[in-house]
Amino acid sequence: MSFFSYFVSGISLGSIYALIALGYTMVYGIAKMLNFAHGDVIMIGGYVAFTAITTMQFPVWLSICISILACIILGVVIEKIAYKPLRNATPLAILITAIGVSYLLQNVALLIFGSAAKSFTSVVPKFSVELGGVSITGETIVTIAVAVLIVICLSIFINKTKSGRAMLAVSEDKGAAQLMGINVNSTISLTFAIGSGLAAVASVLLCSTYPQISPYTGAMPGIKAFTAAVFGGIGSIPGAMIGGVVLGIIESLSKAYISSELSDAIVFGVLIIVLLVRPTGLFGKKFNEKV
Amino acid sequence: MLRVENVEVYYGVIKAIKGVSFEVNQGEIIALIGSNGAGKTTILHTITGLISPKSGSIYLEDTDITKIPAHKIVSMGMAHVPEGRRIFQELTVYENLQLGAFIMKDKKQIEKNLEYVYKHFPRLKERKNQIAGTLSGGEQQMLAMGRALMSNPKILLMDEPSMGLSPILVSEIFQIIKEVSADGTTVLLVDHNAKKALSIADRAYVLETGKIVLSGDAKELLNDESVKKAYLGE
Repeated sequence: MSFFSYFVSGISLGSIYALIALGYTMVYGIAKMLNFAHGDVIMIGGYVAFTAITTMQFPVWLSICISILACIILGVVIEKIAYKPLRNATPLAILITAIGVSYLLQNVALLIFGSAAKSFTSVVPKFSVELGGVSITGETIVTIAVAVLIVICLSIFINKTKSGRAMLAVSEDKGAAQLMGINVNSTISLTFAIGSGLAAVASVLLCSTYPQISPYTGAMPGIKAFTAAVFGGIGSIPGAMIGGVVLGIIESLSKAYISSELSDAIVFGVLIIVLLVRPTGLFGKKFNEKV
Repeated sequence: MLRVENVEVYYGVIKAIKGVSFEVNQGEIIALIGSNGAGKTTILHTITGLISPKSGSIYLEDTDITKIPAHKIVSMGMAHVPEGRRIFQELTVYENLQLGAFIMKDKKQIEKNLEYVYKHFPRLKERKNQIAGTLSGGEQQMLAMGRALMSNPKILLMDEPSMGLSPILVSEIFQIIKEVSADGTTVLLVDHNAKKALSIADRAYVLETGKIVLSGDAKELLNDESVKKAYLGE
């Protein structure tokens, strides 16, 4: 394989990280919490899609919709039950709760589906495209296209709609947002809904590219997407997208040219270096409070 | 218009507001003065629902709003210009103003309110596409006021509008408060600049460590010996 094909598959992997990272970063921006259960929402989304496609024999589009819907409901319910009562608790209590929810989801999946990985049927019809003498798989192309489309829709939603503006307002100043008549609780719910919906899309793409699913499927991509969000500057939407793609490329190239065993270490090493140089990440907010 | 009855507020075990009662009538400018830590901001936050009181009641036009959450208060006709302005720094001036009209659905009315705000703050019109965080302090105060006026409030709560502004800007802001009041908006004004606040107010209440210790006609308080000594630096 050539450099170009590694690069493209890095972009594709990175697009998946970016979709997951958006969930982390939006929730952080608005609810000011790290939702460590986000990775496991991905895994649940994968299982829902798997069950719908393989067990129920539903058409692919319907299965994807069911998976998205299931993740949205799951995300909103998790927020209502586990995080909302802790809205004014210390960040540490919320963090521990999030880790608890993460293990809960993993164990529920273990209980229902068992620990053995199941093979996932790709949702992308089999095709490939020749580009510059390199064959690019359908999954790669669809993943990148879907990610680009989602990012465009998301930025239109956030910048052009009333609910999107409300999200921006809440992320900047909850109190002032309330004074504008914005319902902070429903804005937070909406954020969890969007983040979890994106997680479902990411899960279907992830399980199509690496065609299997286990209760731990979400853990590593979740951590890496979180890394991408921090790398890009947590709370920043462009940061999460660029962070995700850059991370995917680094991972893909280091697997190809350095060592596939070391690739994760390299990814996290880059994060550490970035944070040493720019503690707020690539697009992180500077602290420019006006007195 | 607004009636506060025996309100008590606690921060943990500390009693910050110790049974405060006062009234703001339709069309008045009421000043709430007092030194730092007297509880002026706490009272305003309690009125708009950002803090809930331990006891007591708050009525807006005879509706009990004590338990109503902050985000529903603005649609009842009360807008709050918070201390430190708290504009949305990363959004443009125009976007900030639009957020001020968040609860309004009638596009024509929003347009009218925008015209009204631009009439009083021509500077905001000139800078409508500028990122709010890059405005000067005075312009940010204007934006905070304009944003509150976008909801077409019956009563406007203003917290420390003069904070950090030059004397000329303070006069300008207070002039606009008078104009807004003349247009029929009731105003509850909190400011550490007691002299300025009393000079435009109809009546005033003096707050000291969570209690109202003095109240009356603003012009009379301006000449009151104890007020002069404690708050006017004379």
